[in-house]
Amino acid sequence: MASRKQHRYALLTSATFIIFLIVWQIAGSLGLLGNYTPTPYEVLQAFFFKLDNIGPDGSLLITNILSSLYTSFVGFVIAVVVGIPLGLLMGWYKLFSRFINPIFEIIRPIPAVAWIPLMIVWVGVGITAKALIIFFAAFVSCVINAYTGIRQTNPALINVAKTYGASNFYTFIHVGIPSAVPMIFAGLKIALSTSWGTLVAAEMLAASSGLGYMISMARQFGRADIVVLGMVVIGLLGFLFNFIFNIIEAFVNKGGSV
Amino acid sequence: MEHGNKVRVSVRNVTKVFKDKNRERPVLDNISFDIYDNEFLVLLGPGRCGKSVLLNIISGLMPATSGSITFDGKDVEAPDPEFGMVFQRTGLLPWLTVMDNVRFGPSMRNVDKSEQYSKAQYYIDMVGLTGFEKHYPYQLSGGMKQRVGIARAYANSPKVLIMDEPFGALDAQTRYNMENEVLSFAEKEKRSILFVTNNIEEALLLGDRIILLTACPASIKAIYDIPFKKPRDTMDQDFLELRKVISENTDLAL
Repeated sequence: MASRKQHRYALLTSATFIIFLIVWQIAGSLGLLGNYTPTPYEVLQAFFFKLDNIGPDGSLLITNILSSLYTSFVGFVIAVVVGIPLGLLMGWYKLFSRFINPIFEIIRPIPAVAWIPLMIVWVGVGITAKALIIFFAAFVSCVINAYTGIRQTNPALINVAKTYGASNFYTFIHVGIPSAVPMIFAGLKIALSTSWGTLVAAEMLAASSGLGYMISMARQFGRADIVVLGMVVIGLLGFLFNFIFNIIEAFVNKGGSV
Repeated sequence: MEHGNKVRVSVRNVTKVFKDKNRERPVLDNISFDIYDNEFLVLLGPGRCGKSVLLNIISGLMPATSGSITFDGKDVEAPDPEFGMVFQRTGLLPWLTVMDNVRFGPSMRNVDKSEQYSKAQYYIDMVGLTGFEKHYPYQLSGGMKQRVGIARAYANSPKVLIMDEPFGALDAQTRYNMENEVLSFAEKEKRSILFVTNNIEEALLLGDRIILLTACPASIKAIYDIPFKKPRDTMDQDFLELRKVISENTDLAL
């Protein structure tokens, strides 16, 4: 019964998708979208074109994808590795928070793309600069969510640990951090989408490959189909990442969202 | 029932005053009593009269404004694992299974792994949760959660078991069952038990002695020795009479 219902939902979801593509295709064929907007069919053609052609940006589609994945992966991982422990420590140890918070509160509102000029001066143009910009994009939500998550630890549970003789550090590891897990995952998802979003901007600054670079080169050459192709690929990859994160979250967060 | 005259915990002149900005709110007023070895002692008092505060002070979670707590002759200043706590709202760790919750205390003290499991299993069986070891708290009913809380407290081998209105959130039928179960646990595993409740019938069913507290700020109004044999019959004439006496002596909760 339940599986049949799920089946129907899956049908409904794919129907939305197919109807959207059909409407887009028809509107494009009728010329309703103007001369520069590609139809889904043209985007599909651009996809096959980019599989074995390097024009106009100089790289194959797969090269661009791998380059973007690599850049955002490096930036994202550094943000997670630095940001989450920082947020957790700030949330648990008041003195640490007092120490770090002033700097963090000032850095926080600065948009990641505003760092681009400084980055060029500091590390030149290349993978380091781009990865650092993505780091700044993802870092903030990692810190804030880890901080908020651990601050929301149920005080009753902290008391439980104390009455069993737990040290503050043991309570931090075994009660505080697990309590923060749902918020941390919410933060990771936000970080993932902001870093993926910042990627395009970062690659416009300087790159010889990457999806953002492909889009900006295609724009200069008037290849609207490749611009849209780049957008679609970014969208699909983002969707895929979110999906993977949900699976990891279900695996890690076994106690439900209580 | 008989309590050997050995004193386990003594509470002496404990007073607690909470200080808000410029207002002082006294919660506990000069409370003194003893908990004897292996006795079932019930603290009975109206709602919100500071019973939980008193427990937090006894277990070392909170300092008293004045007065002292001694446990086997030593001052209690910090939480001591010799006190096992069962909390009002169960306080289970939601990300741990029943088994992992129950062995939380022993695992913290680096007890040998196989001993942790066998001990936890023993108390899981005792509270009747055999087969639920791998369940998470959200998969359990209120009564079952409280059983896990009780098993967890026992598994840490405390000398004194403190139960803070453990059945307050349960429905009447489950509550009645749990009261009888707690009696049988107490029979099987001899411990000093300090049980807090606002329910007179519960107090009379369980307690060897009942300490009746006044409304806020709480002080001791009366101490009753309950001579009836357990398990007790709530319809027994003497039981009902004593219930009436205590009931008439109880302050109304706001």
